[in-house]
Amino acid sequence: MRPVLAVKDLSVTFRTEDGRLSAVDQVSFEVADGEVLAVVGESGCGKSVTAMSIAGLLPRTATVDGSVQLDGTELIGADKRTLRSIRGREVAYIFQEPMTSLNPVFTVGHQISEVLRTHIGLNRQAAQARAIELLKLVGIPSAERRISDYPHQLSGGMRQRVMIAMAVACDPKVLIADEPTTALDVTIQAGILDVLRGLRERLGTSIVLITHDLGVVADLADRVAVMYAGRVVETAEVHEIFAKPQHPYTVGLLGASPAAGRHAETHRLSEIPGLVPVLSEQPDACTFADRCSRADDSCTTSQPELTAGVHRVACWHPVREAVEV
Amino acid sequence: MRRYLLNRLWQSVVTLVLATIVVFVGVRALPGDPALALAGEDRDPESLRAIRQQYGLDQSWLVQFWQFISHAARGDLGESIRTGTPVRSMIFSALPVTIELSVLAILIAGVIGVGAGVVAAVRRGGPAEWAANALALLGLSVPHFWLGLMAILYLSVALGLFPASGFVPFFTNPVDNLHHLILPALILGTGLAAVIMRQTRSSMLDALSADYIRTAEAKGLPPKAVIGKHALRNSLIVVVTIVGLQLGALISGAVVTERIFALPGFGKLTVDAVFQRDYPVIQAVVLVTATAYIVINLLVDLLYSVIDPRIRVRGEA
Repeated sequence: MRPVLAVKDLSVTFRTEDGRLSAVDQVSFEVADGEVLAVVGESGCGKSVTAMSIAGLLPRTATVDGSVQLDGTELIGADKRTLRSIRGREVAYIFQEPMTSLNPVFTVGHQISEVLRTHIGLNRQAAQARAIELLKLVGIPSAERRISDYPHQLSGGMRQRVMIAMAVACDPKVLIADEPTTALDVTIQAGILDVLRGLRERLGTSIVLITHDLGVVADLADRVAVMYAGRVVETAEVHEIFAKPQHPYTVGLLGASPAAGRHAETHRLSEIPGLVPVLSEQPDACTFADRCSRADDSCTTSQPELTAGVHRVACWHPVREAVEV
Repeated sequence: MRRYLLNRLWQSVVTLVLATIVVFVGVRALPGDPALALAGEDRDPESLRAIRQQYGLDQSWLVQFWQFISHAARGDLGESIRTGTPVRSMIFSALPVTIELSVLAILIAGVIGVGAGVVAAVRRGGPAEWAANALALLGLSVPHFWLGLMAILYLSVALGLFPASGFVPFFTNPVDNLHHLILPALILGTGLAAVIMRQTRSSMLDALSADYIRTAEAKGLPPKAVIGKHALRNSLIVVVTIVGLQLGALISGAVVTERIFALPGFGKLTVDAVFQRDYPVIQAVVLVTATAYIVINLLVDLLYSVIDPRIRVRGEA
């Protein structure tokens, strides 16, 4: 099946006062129709930058190389007009902070209608009516009244639902959800995940789910790409990742997150020593070598490539044995 | 809302009374005697006493104050000591000039200030921002009176583009009226435009880096909507505040500007009254100015909640 979204060799560098900074290096992944791909990793590993670069939302200080194809249309290097017509229409975003991501001075109805009027050319009444339908779709009670509410009159969970309604207004092919549940209470998170799952089932929307929460991944994702220091280090079906993680970093991530049944013997979470390095340029080495217990000379002298196949890993010494994580 | 308005009304009355007391005492503490000024050369004790009696100046301050207040409450502001004209009609003829001048100045300052501020924020680091900043600095540092004189010298006298002085009432000839007022309004508005520009620029920079702007861009909205709607609307609250705060400066600026362009407005009325120790006129002028100030501040406060729905006046929720 032809992928809806194909990212190939995507690299992003930022111009800063201290020189260039590499944020994303040679990242490739594909998302099939109706598939949920989770991109996981620690803070600062390049997840969000990858997400933003897809529709050209990075600031002017960023340089993006490589290729992002949406249904065969190349987005990297596309002119502003093309990108604008794709944003919100074919690729839509949900952000982490529902508190600040909505404009405080416009009603939620206005903010949803705006997308419809811009992209589909609906008139005021039609857009308003469709906005009410969308609010119902994402599970907002008494949508007819809520439509004229301002964001500050809604709870965090409701605002995130509004963000989702706004994002799916034009029935986009790809929905990019950048930490959609991170800022919300645990009880609210489940509701938001239900909404996303429902959208995928009803509308067949492909979802790129950016998160560091492995619980969310297990709940929603079909496939997982693990990122570390700007590179994809492992990608596999979701059950494979949880059952047979091969990259020591993935093993570390799983060991660091609480889950029922795991950690049964020690009752302690493990941690990965050290921090994600900030790189001015990507070295010809494994960027995880400094923090890895399995690293040897080969890891510090040459960069491991992703292996071929369904379960792909970029590691010189992948974990083959069943690990107790 | 009604409780809020009543509350504000009560506060306004207190403010007005206080302002009136300060001015009432202030004018009388000034050296100079209106009776002396009126009597001119013929200053024998008999005629001075007659003048004082006629205008109630021989009464105690307390009685004079009560008389002024109780008359003012009924809309009677007394008569000018100097000319005998009812003060009310003097104010009614001068007020429209100043109101029109101020409104025009605010409009001009708003358009220039907001426009330049937005451009400076959007074109950050470029020559446009540099030019806008330079203009703002100039607008802030050059005094009104000098700018006014230069404008008259070059634009009116040398080029003959605008009349150098005088006033034509709006209803007599609107075009001529605007032709007379546009230059003074421009001069009066420069300082305000500079202040508005700087505030707009900084609040626009804040707004442009906000999360909801990223959302607006992610929605595929054109730059016109992202900047002119989503960012600007959030910046305007600051601009409105600034206009409200700068009103005092605008009124005092109007005094100077009216003087330069010989406009028969409130500023001229005030200055003349002070020079002539025309107590009733000075008192009335301050009363009206204070009232205007209070009303406009109330309007600004009410305007907040229109611009930003998060701000709701007390008692409404």
